[in-house]
Amino acid sequence: MTHQSDVEAAVVDAHRRGWALVVAATVRAARDLDLAEECVQEAYAAALATWARDGIPRNPAAWLTTTARRRAVDAVRRQRAFRSKLPLLVEPERMVEDGTDMDEPVEPAAREPGNGVPDERLRLIFLCCHPALAREAQTALTLRLVCGVSTADIARAFLVSEPTMAARMTRAKKKISAARIPFRMPGVTELPDRLDAVLGVIHLLFTTGHAAPSGPSVLRTDLMDQALHLARVLADLIPDEREVWGLLALLLVTDARRATRVDPDGRLLRLAEQDRSRWDTAAITEAHGLIVNALRDRRPGRYALQAAIASLHAEAPAYDQTDWPQILTLYDELLSVWPSPVVALNRAVAVAQVGGPARALAEVEEVEADGRLSGYQYLPAVKADLLRRLGRTAEASAAYRQALGLTRNRAEREFLTGRLADLGRP
Amino acid sequence: MAQYAILLFAKAPADAADLTPREREAHQRHGEDVEKFGGRMLTAFALQPSTTATSIRGDTITDGPFVEAKEVVAGFYVIEAPDLDAALEIARRNPATWQGGGVEVRPVDSGFVGAPPVEG
Repeated sequence: MTHQSDVEAAVVDAHRRGWALVVAATVRAARDLDLAEECVQEAYAAALATWARDGIPRNPAAWLTTTARRRAVDAVRRQRAFRSKLPLLVEPERMVEDGTDMDEPVEPAAREPGNGVPDERLRLIFLCCHPALAREAQTALTLRLVCGVSTADIARAFLVSEPTMAARMTRAKKKISAARIPFRMPGVTELPDRLDAVLGVIHLLFTTGHAAPSGPSVLRTDLMDQALHLARVLADLIPDEREVWGLLALLLVTDARRATRVDPDGRLLRLAEQDRSRWDTAAITEAHGLIVNALRDRRPGRYALQAAIASLHAEAPAYDQTDWPQILTLYDELLSVWPSPVVALNRAVAVAQVGGPARALAEVEEVEADGRLSGYQYLPAVKADLLRRLGRTAEASAAYRQALGLTRNRAEREFLTGRLADLGRP
Repeated sequence: MAQYAILLFAKAPADAADLTPREREAHQRHGEDVEKFGGRMLTAFALQPSTTATSIRGDTITDGPFVEAKEVVAGFYVIEAPDLDAALEIARRNPATWQGGGVEVRPVDSGFVGAPPVEG
């Protein structure tokens, strides 16, 4: 008999570290996402009782995989009579072993790193983030199948009811099987686009956690943790992609400030007000190393550049010692690889530091005229701050009110209300 | 192998007579892409312009295409391909994608093609 609390801890640990691996391996046996998910869940449930009786296995993930796959094979055998076709397209097993595919009609699949043995988790991530699926479905499937987050928790994170989220995932899984979205590595020429989708999902998870769209707290640390975990897995699995390093660095350096983004009352703190001594220097140092590599040689990508900007902020000893000219240069480069109005708005903040608020305001007004950010609360918030610095109080007040009208997050609302109240004071 | 219908969308009224010789040739050559990227062409149709379309909703008959939009269906073809990635690899090479329109790829659920009419 093993102590119950040890067993529970082992199952929790195996859930955190092994879930994706177990699901991916089971998908291959089940050839159906729903069945795979069900079998994996049963295997984790069975682990609690079996490990208490027989002891914790030396390799818990392998035990769980064997158990889940056995259930899947049994279920497939039982169902075979009723099935006319395989709902999910899985490449024959032999391809996993020798890494070559005689039947591949188009081009060779991107080679997985290391000893050439494909990591099934990577296939699972690419399946969940397939561009034929809607972005909401991509993120939900990734959280459920790769990270093992429950449907109820995913629904809560994205502010929809559990039945809505369950229906969204069912729809996505149905599309995967009806349209035959394959469970395989993307081809070499597809990889950049497909990887981009994966990075986009991870980044969205993180930013959703970093600035929760509504609710009592600005941070949803569970989502941030999942995103960081995914970025690490990806960096392990695809070790030579610079944008993967860039994304991991961006998440690390942003997350390093997690503890200081809000004060003990949950009030949002500006960068200038945060206690830099409490930033996670280990994470900042790790990010720095990744950024140096990601910026080397060819034209750097958007995540590497965003990470470099965040890193300059993180490494400045004080807000007024920030290297704003360098940040502005990086924003110029970022805007050229990623011409987004959000980037242009953030760049305006750096412009204000280098060239003064009047020049920055002109740029913000240009972004505003473009119209694409009409519902984006940070645009009037940035504008309000610049107007305040220019002494145009009445216009600043109107802009703060406009920002408040677009913000549902409580911490951000309180922050803006505070700024608005400060306007009246001398 | 699975079957996919690829629907071509072009700027209304999607009149084949408006195509330049170069565009027309590109459409004819697209058949080679299907084979080259692991698929098989099962059937293909180009339609008359949408100005010739008549729509019926409920019991009301109206002139024009069913959905009012800037782009309308210009034709469709059905291919056989190993999976969605292969079908997309083929469909993205359809000339409609660079001629101001685009394509929609839909898995086929079931279908029937009649015998060709007897000449005479």
